[in-house]
Order: sequence, then C-alpha cells, then structure tokens
Amino acid sequence: MSAEWRALHQADAEGPNDDGGPSGQASYGRVNPRGVDTTHGAILYLDGITVSFDGFKALSDLTLDIGVGELRCIIGPNGAGKTTMMDVITGKTRPTAGSAFFGQNIDLTTLNEAQIAHAGIGRKFQRPTVFEQHTVLENLELAMKTDKRVRPTLFSRLTSEQADRIAQTLALIRLTDEAYRVAGLLSHGQKQWLEIGMLLMQEPQLLLLDEPVAGMTDAETERTGELLHELRGHHSLMVVEHDMDFVSRIADGGKVTVLHEGAVLAEGTMAQVQADARVIEVYLGR
Amino acid sequence: MTHASEQRMNSASSRAGELYTAALRRPLFSPKAWIALTVVTMVLALLPLLNLVFPAGHTLHVSAYAVALLGKFMCYALAALALDLVWGYAGILSLGHGLFFALGGYAHGMYLMRAIGQDGVYQSNVPDFMVFLNWKDYPWYWAFTEHFWYAMLLVVLVPGGLAFLFGYFAFRSRIKGVYFSIITQALTFAAMLLFFRNDTGFGGNNGFTDFKRILGFDITAPGTRATLYWVTLAVLLGALVLARAVTQSKLGRVLTAVRDAESRVRFIGYEPLGFKLFVWTLSAVMCGIAGALYVPQVGIINPGEMSTENSIEMVIWVATGGRGTLIGPIIGAGTVNGLKTWFTSVFPEFWLYALGLIFVLVTLFLPQGIVGLARRWMTRRQERAI
Repeated sequence: MSAEWRALHQADAEGPNDDGGPSGQASYGRVNPRGVDTTHGAILYLDGITVSFDGFKALSDLTLDIGVGELRCIIGPNGAGKTTMMDVITGKTRPTAGSAFFGQNIDLTTLNEAQIAHAGIGRKFQRPTVFEQHTVLENLELAMKTDKRVRPTLFSRLTSEQADRIAQTLALIRLTDEAYRVAGLLSHGQKQWLEIGMLLMQEPQLLLLDEPVAGMTDAETERTGELLHELRGHHSLMVVEHDMDFVSRIADGGKVTVLHEGAVLAEGTMAQVQADARVIEVYLGR
Repeated sequence: MTHASEQRMNSASSRAGELYTAALRRPLFSPKAWIALTVVTMVLALLPLLNLVFPAGHTLHVSAYAVALLGKFMCYALAALALDLVWGYAGILSLGHGLFFALGGYAHGMYLMRAIGQDGVYQSNVPDFMVFLNWKDYPWYWAFTEHFWYAMLLVVLVPGGLAFLFGYFAFRSRIKGVYFSIITQALTFAAMLLFFRNDTGFGGNNGFTDFKRILGFDITAPGTRATLYWVTLAVLLGALVLARAVTQSKLGRVLTAVRDAESRVRFIGYEPLGFKLFVWTLSAVMCGIAGALYVPQVGIINPGEMSTENSIEMVIWVATGGRGTLIGPIIGAGTVNGLKTWFTSVFPEFWLYALGLIFVLVTLFLPQGIVGLARRWMTRRQERAI
C-alpha cells in the first residue's frame, strides 16, 4: 500500500467526518455517504434486474453482486446490456423489475442521479468530460467532496488537509507536473486520468468505469492498468471493457463477468471464463 | 515502503499542498493591475476638479460637458460590468439588462420627482404628469419615496427582486441559451409597454424629468454634478473589486464550469440553480445602481431606456471590450459610447450602421475584444523579448 493511499484514507479510519452529512441542496444529501451498510461484504447487489424498452429486453433477470474492494471486470459483446446496467446503477434508467441495492441499505431504484452520486457511486463515461477551461488543479478542487452550496463555495478556502488530498490524487493520477495546465491542453489519456482523479476527489465507495482505455495509446493503457491496480482494495471498482488484453491484465485472478443478451452468461477468473464453451461461442470465439 | 520514506513523501506532498492552496487563493489583482487601476482612478477623479478650479478658457480647464459625459459613460460601464458577470462568467446572455438599469433609474427618479416639491410648472403637490392625469394624490406604490434612503432601498430591491423571481423560474425550468435571451428581451419589451402607459403612474412617454434638487442640493450646480461624478466613480471601482472577488473565488470557478459544462457540474454535486441565481441577482442589482446613478446626471428617465436597442447595445459594449474580463466591458462601454458621441454629432443617421459594423467586426476579428487584443500583443512582445 502506498503512502499516498494510506494518507488519503486516514479520514475513513477516523470515522465519520463532518462533511459526510447532507451537502448540496436539500433534495440531495439525504443519503449519508458514510451510511452505506456493507456488513455483508458486498457493495452492490443487483437482483433479477429487467429493463425492457418497448418489449425489447435490454436486461433480463440480471443478478450480480460486487464485494467491497473488489475490482470486477464486465465483458460482453455489443448489445449485451453493459451500458444499460450502468444506467440502472446510476439512476439514469429505472428497471422494469428487480432490485438494485448499494450496500444492504440504499435502494438505488428510489434515488435520482445526483442522490446516487452523493451516496458514493462515481461513474466515468467513455468520453472524458473535464472542465477544459480550468486547470487540472481547479478541476480537482471543484470535484472535491465538501459543502457544495452557494455560500460555502463563495467563501471557500482550501484547508491544508484538502490541499494534501489534491496533491496525493495528483501524484496518483500522475498529473503533478500538469497541475497548473489548462485541462483542455491535456492528451486524451491524461484527460481520462484527470476524470478518474475527479471521481476520486468525491470519495466514492464504488467506481464505475466505462471503457477506460478506449482510444488510449499503448503506454497510456499500460499506465491506466497500473492506476486501477493501485485503486484495487481501496475502492470497489466495476470496469466495463472491450479490450480483452487489458481485461486479462487487470483482472489479475479476480472475477470477470460475461454478459450476454442482458443476463450473466458466465462468471469466474479470466482463465475459467476463457475456457467456458458458451463464452467462446458467443464472444471470444468470434 | 519504509517509515522514513513515507514521512518524506508526506512532507513533500504537504509542501505541494501549500503551493496549491496559494494557487487557488487567487489575488484580487496583480500588483501591476493595482497600480494601473489607482492611476486611472486618480486621473478620472481629478477631471471634475479641473472643471471646478480652472476658469473656462484656461488650458487645464475641463468642460462641464466632458465631465457630464464621462459621468454618464461610467454608469454605462457599471451596467456593462454587471452584464459581463452573467454573460462572461456564467454564460447567461441577457438581452434585458436595460430593464434593470431603467428600474433602478425609475426608483431613484421617484425620489427626485418628489424632491421637486411645488416647483413644477403647475406648482402642485404632485408631479406635473399627475396633474395632467387629474390625480390628486400619489398612488400607493409611491409611498415613502420622498425619503432618499427608501428610494435607494428600492434601487436595490426592485431590480434585485424581479431578477430573483424571474431567474428562479427560468433557471429552475432549465431555460438556457438563446431561449433565455429571448425571454429576457420579451420581459423588457413588456415592461417598456407598461411604462409607456400614462395610467401606470410613471409619467408615461415622457418619464421623469425637470429634476431640481437632490438631498437639498441644486442638481445642476457644478459642485453637485462633481459629487455625483465622484460617487459614480467610487461605486464603479467598488463594483469592479466586488465582481473580481466573486470571479476569483471558488464560486467564480463553479460559474465558469456551469458556463462550459453545466450537466457535468450537476454530476459532481453542485446545483447550478443557486449559483446562477446568485450571480444573476447580483448583476441585476449592479445594473439597477448604474441606472440610479445615471438619472440625476442626465436629468431624465423614460421608457426608452427599456427599448430593445439599449439592452443590445450593452451586449456590444461587453463584446467589444472583452467578454469575461470585467475590465474589458468598462473599456468597451467607454470606447463604443465615445464613438457614438462622435458619430451622432458628425453623421447622426449612420450611427446604427456603425454599431452593427462594430459588432460584426468584433465578432469576426476580436472574439476576445479589446482586452484580448492587448493580451495577444503583450504575449507576442514577451515572446520576442525571449
């Protein structure tokens, strides 16, 4: 475990901190981000999720759970329901049937996108979306978990702990040298890392990454793999990816889930999945 | 990792942290900008003195006309500064800031009308236009306007309150971009029609004029005019510092983030409504104050101030000076109005064409306005120096 990470997570060790309570407008912070009950060892439960659009079932009876600190890779051919599943988890799409729980106690199907983000689920979309006119430093500052209402923002002064957290995140995403650069000038890969950094500044319990290495150079892909390794164990991660080499590199003996036609086709280590006859037929064999 | 190296790393990161804290606590102005600001303010403050001290014909004499003109330009500059706060920083293009300007002007105008007392043409207790309408008493909404402080309260509360209400519903419904601009324009137009009516009780077509005194002082006396000029200069400077403080804060960074990617801002946990409403209302109040300072200096306020052209002209001042720079709109308001004064005396019928041309040229060749041009020159000079 790196020093950066130990320092980053000191706040967690010291128990609930002040700004864990409602932040943002009243309709938001009703869910205490510290209030996720993970006593049963799972951060996310999807049970019998079905989503149908005009009769077409994007997800049919999908059941999946992700453990605390797990790095789970999700693979599957196009149209397997990967993105719809992420939409259900982040509140963008409501399931037609089934239940989705964050920990044991937070019912995701009753919350909106902002509430889910506040509860501690961070999502990185395929296209990097950072604030291009702001510096890297300012991007991280804006994303940082704190009281985000108008008045506290107007009089906000960075505390030394917050500055340290920014410094640690910068080191983790390897953008320390670019701290004062305008984000619009970063390379594609750097923008992706910055966005991951912005998610980390929000201290999420569960990170959803949608094709994090799409469009990256080999070196950037390599670097992203290292970054995900460093996050493993500190955050629960769900990585949806097409790039099989990348998946086998980051899965590292962990569980891989194969989706097909809106349901789980196979689950197991990369080696087990690759040996599964059905998986070979629908996905790998092609 | 050993304990020692871990400690070393922590202290390294906290040193970096101090740098970041410093970088995010942006100064109001750079030392150079402070000096420039002080010099310009002092020169501007000196002009009325030159008018008062030196007799006409003296080489150092500045005409009363020039002082009055500059006083008026500073009011326009304040309005442009207010518009830049919302347009340049939050990306909200208002085509209705003339309304807030006029409302501030009318609020102050009510006091000035009552200060006329019985010195009007009809020597009545009520203003001449009310005599015309056969009104014996002031309508209810004129209550207390004989008190200067109450009128000043209205100058802040009426534009601010209207902006808050309108902004709340518009921003809550997520009305953005050109739709928002059109609605502000429609609102201003509706208000103009309302103020044109005699029954509204604000002097109809003619508005308020023939002011005699302010706080007991003769409003046309050179001393009073100089004082109004200095007050305007002080308010403009104060507004610039306040606007700068807002835009340099974290809130300013949230605003520019809203301008660039609003949905992303919402996604990282800010509710844009409150931020937009804050800057929108602040801007309207500033614009109202600009109107209130304008009326005693030009001696008239009528519904023409709410016309479409006026609000659009404000946008052109901001664009010409440089959107999102605060100082740019002040320069732009001065430049465009200086040109306007010259044009309307030399080729009055061509001014609107010239204005249109300025807007086209600025849009095509100076997207960052005059300030952007100056910045480009400075970086080029620095590069050459290296």
